[in-house]
Amino acid sequence: MNRTVKVVRYEVQNVLRSKALVAYGLFFFGTTLGLIRLGGGVERALPSLANVVLLAVPLVSLLITTVFLYDGRAFTELLLSHPVARPTLFGGLYLGLALPLSAMFVLGVGVPMALFGGFGEGAASALLVVGAGALLTAVFTALGFWVAFSVGEAARGLAAALILWLAFTLVYDGVVLIASHTLAAYPLERPMLAAMVLNPVDLARVMILMAVDASALLGYTGAVFQDFFGGGWGVLTAGASLVAWVAVPYALALRRFRRMDF
Amino acid sequence: MTEPRPLRDLGDDPVWVRLRGIKKTFTVVPVLDDVDVCFRPGRITAVLGPNGAGKTTLLKMILGLVRPDEGTVTLGDVQVNGDAEYRRNIGYMPQLPRFPENLCGWELAAMLDDLRGFRSDPDESLLDAFQLRGEMGKPFRTLSGGNRQKLNAALALRYGAGVLILDEPTAGLDPVAARVLKERVRGERDRGCTVLLTSHDLGQLQALADDVVFLLDGVVRFEGEIAELLRATGQDDLEGAIAALILEGGPAGLAGGSGPAAGEGVA
Repeated sequence: MNRTVKVVRYEVQNVLRSKALVAYGLFFFGTTLGLIRLGGGVERALPSLANVVLLAVPLVSLLITTVFLYDGRAFTELLLSHPVARPTLFGGLYLGLALPLSAMFVLGVGVPMALFGGFGEGAASALLVVGAGALLTAVFTALGFWVAFSVGEAARGLAAALILWLAFTLVYDGVVLIASHTLAAYPLERPMLAAMVLNPVDLARVMILMAVDASALLGYTGAVFQDFFGGGWGVLTAGASLVAWVAVPYALALRRFRRMDF
Repeated sequence: MTEPRPLRDLGDDPVWVRLRGIKKTFTVVPVLDDVDVCFRPGRITAVLGPNGAGKTTLLKMILGLVRPDEGTVTLGDVQVNGDAEYRRNIGYMPQLPRFPENLCGWELAAMLDDLRGFRSDPDESLLDAFQLRGEMGKPFRTLSGGNRQKLNAALALRYGAGVLILDEPTAGLDPVAARVLKERVRGERDRGCTVLLTSHDLGQLQALADDVVFLLDGVVRFEGEIAELLRATGQDDLEGAIAALILEGGPAGLAGGSGPAAGEGVA
């Protein structure tokens, strides 16, 4: 068997022993179930669920990833003293964290949806929420790797992860809002598009909200985006940009990992 | 490539470990400064030096865990350059092992066998010598410090590697277990293994090691046989000899590290 697959298997086994991960799955299960019952149907619960997903997925992915990596540093060192190459180990660790995290999210959100017929009529919207959440997990796991291998000390690394989360979920939107107010006299469509592609949370939000047809919730950048690309194209572009948001932090983190001293 | 057999005689296949022109700086402090050393097969070489002298850095460099800024590390005719395969021939005992808390000894061993693709019989004689088999089913977090260290040793010696790197191998072991391990390390040497170790117990090292590499402020101050070190410093035990080296080399080391080594040993 391929060595990366072996590392993935051991990392998954290790991660699944953690209660935090089970709690994460149960959290989404409870939230989704509650929102569906309160809203009276999967379709109507999706916008509220989307907001929870956009906040919780980045936070939990970042924190669990950094905590596991700092915690497992001695073990990483041990594996590297055996004939396991660094890129192989890196890929195994990444998949070993990203896969269980996405799986917990997909199960937590997907099972209640399935129970209430969310994947029957209008399944596309429900699937898109699940897909966007899974992609966000992959993005923020990669960002977590980048933080954990760039910042030597665990406490400072966790702080950096929290700052990153605040920046993407709250600060960024505020800055964009201020900029749009200040520069209201200028044509801002293209800068706004750029601003959105530079924030994975914004991208996921647009992807979800365009699909659930809640343009009012899109915010400025999203409205411009929808206008620009329209339905299908917009989702595809947002999705492709999110994939780039996985690839770039992954590559940066791998570069750090290859040069690191243990 | 055939799998190494436990305690096979290395015979015509010994592995020299050579470091040439090694420089390494952490932030601004030079940890190793132009280090040239050679570790010989069939010898136990003690890497000595005060705390922070660069001992662990030097050992980790051979494993590729720390990358030199300049210089080369070679094992036999393989140069360490990021390829991982050469580590198949290294058994490593880290200082204070921290294995995954929830894995038991058997799971850990099975995992390392699997990752190494090791299919022949692993060497489990140390498990019997340490009477550790009863502990192998318990999660790592429940093991005492001594049993953790025994497991650490058993895993390092499990694959019959040609090079052994032991960082404080007897730390935390009771005298009986320490004796078992030392006997075993001698056995490894006698079959042609290249053994590198560090320890704070100089008395113990004097009885175990054949050669000494003494590091001070990132510079090799002595490389050679223990007997030669004792002669060069006019001392009659290792402790005295090391103290003499530190006293003699300290000020020079602080002044820039250009002082002559106490004796350039044959390698």
